[in-house]
Amino acid sequence: VICKLCPLSPPPAKYGGRHTVTLIPGDGIGPELLNHVREVFRFTCVPVDFEVVNVNSALETDDDMNNAITAIRRNGVALKGNIETKHTLPASVKSRNNVLRTSLDLYANVMHCQSLPGVQTRHKNIDIMIIRENTEGEYSSLEHESVSGVVESLKIITRNNSLRIADYAFKLARERGRRRVTAVHKANIMKLGDGLFLQCCREVASGYPEITFDSMIVDNTTMQLVSKPQQFDVMVMPNLYGNVVSNVCAGLVGGPGLVPGANYGHVYAVFETATRNTGKSIAEKNIANPTAMLLASCLMLDHLKLNDYASVIRNAVLTTMNETRLHTADLGGQGTTLEVVQSVMRVIQILRRIRMHVADLPS
Amino acid sequence: MVLYRVLSSSPNKPANALQSTLLNMQETIREPMVQDPTQFDVLVMPNLYGDILSDLCAGLIGGLGVTPSGNIGANGVAIFESVHGTAPDIAGKDLANPTALLLSAVMMLRHMGLHGHAKKIETACFDTIRDRKVLTKDLGGNSKCSEFTEAICQRMKDMD
Repeated sequence: VICKLCPLSPPPAKYGGRHTVTLIPGDGIGPELLNHVREVFRFTCVPVDFEVVNVNSALETDDDMNNAITAIRRNGVALKGNIETKHTLPASVKSRNNVLRTSLDLYANVMHCQSLPGVQTRHKNIDIMIIRENTEGEYSSLEHESVSGVVESLKIITRNNSLRIADYAFKLARERGRRRVTAVHKANIMKLGDGLFLQCCREVASGYPEITFDSMIVDNTTMQLVSKPQQFDVMVMPNLYGNVVSNVCAGLVGGPGLVPGANYGHVYAVFETATRNTGKSIAEKNIANPTAMLLASCLMLDHLKLNDYASVIRNAVLTTMNETRLHTADLGGQGTTLEVVQSVMRVIQILRRIRMHVADLPS
Repeated sequence: MVLYRVLSSSPNKPANALQSTLLNMQETIREPMVQDPTQFDVLVMPNLYGDILSDLCAGLIGGLGVTPSGNIGANGVAIFESVHGTAPDIAGKDLANPTALLLSAVMMLRHMGLHGHAKKIETACFDTIRDRKVLTKDLGGNSKCSEFTEAICQRMKDMD
């Protein structure tokens, strides 16, 4: 398996040094949060143009999704809101978010959960990287009802995909100087499926002697996470456990409004909030927390090697969160989405002025 | 919070008065369960999710040493057990916390209709823990299993 940590190289800047990125607004709070991202990018003069592709989640046809996938193939990178999976549509209509991930082979979902000093949480000093296999497992969407009232769902685990996700996790751990990788599984029950996953992790681990490898059963893992989360470093796991563990971890550091997520394949990358919530109940009320989406856009800028812009925006977001302590309702504050975004832009302005003054100083 | 893992093949029909909300796993596990678990009352779910959520909740309330459970069959046959395992490292040393198994027995008494006895034992157990004078190691004390048990029995005698 030839595995590269990042795609070969970011897509070439299109014209005049500007990148084009596909933007999928999605449903719920996605559109408004992504508008704020665009505002912040404009304010910061980020050399990124967005190609907006709308996906109507109420339609049964695949045209919108095909357009979106084609656009991402063209641009190489996307920033997206969550596309609602309407339960009223027939079962043959698969989750659009899932289709996107599998069509583009975005095999690694990466989430970095860190405690933020400005956010009150029960547990402190959390710093966990979660690497979730993103294309198979329990999300194979292969189900059948051979006998009425008896449904069989197929969970698919392959050696190829297990090896490549394990390799991604260990490479990332090595690159970031992390010490321990924990594989999360339920191999005592799913002996063949999770057993294969675990075996692949062990094989890959043997090539990284400086990194400690251990494994933990998923139910025990969630219990340990809510009682002693500081014990975890890097965690790698199949799809469904990844969903569970990432949501628990997001809750531990302050909620879904804070954590950005990234989906990487060998060629494409798509950025979004880590817990992929639509947030229908709080949409268009100016109360959603823009932090996760803004930080996701910073991950995207890092991916495009626009690190300076990424740093400025990230610092501004974290300053607003930790120092100004302007918090939205999900964090127990009373700030509106707009107030937080304006605060971020004010800090960017200050950071720019500092930089200009520093540049003007005699050397 | 006590979770019943229903093993029978026919699902229980919900009572008319119960409010039922369809929550997907994601909505249940993230922020709400970890940050404000008190909003939940009764949760029903398939096997794997139950396995995960029961351990997660055990972690929220103090760990495996205090979490009881019951397995109820459609024909009324029931087996009650603690959620924790065999703990071979502390077996036979008078160190284990008996709360989980004791509260499982309380669940069993309720299942059998012996509510008076169940209430008495449960109250004595909770009061002993609340008192914090006699606690096993997992709860931060250094009493033995037998000492903890004796404290509960003493409370029950005092109740009579």
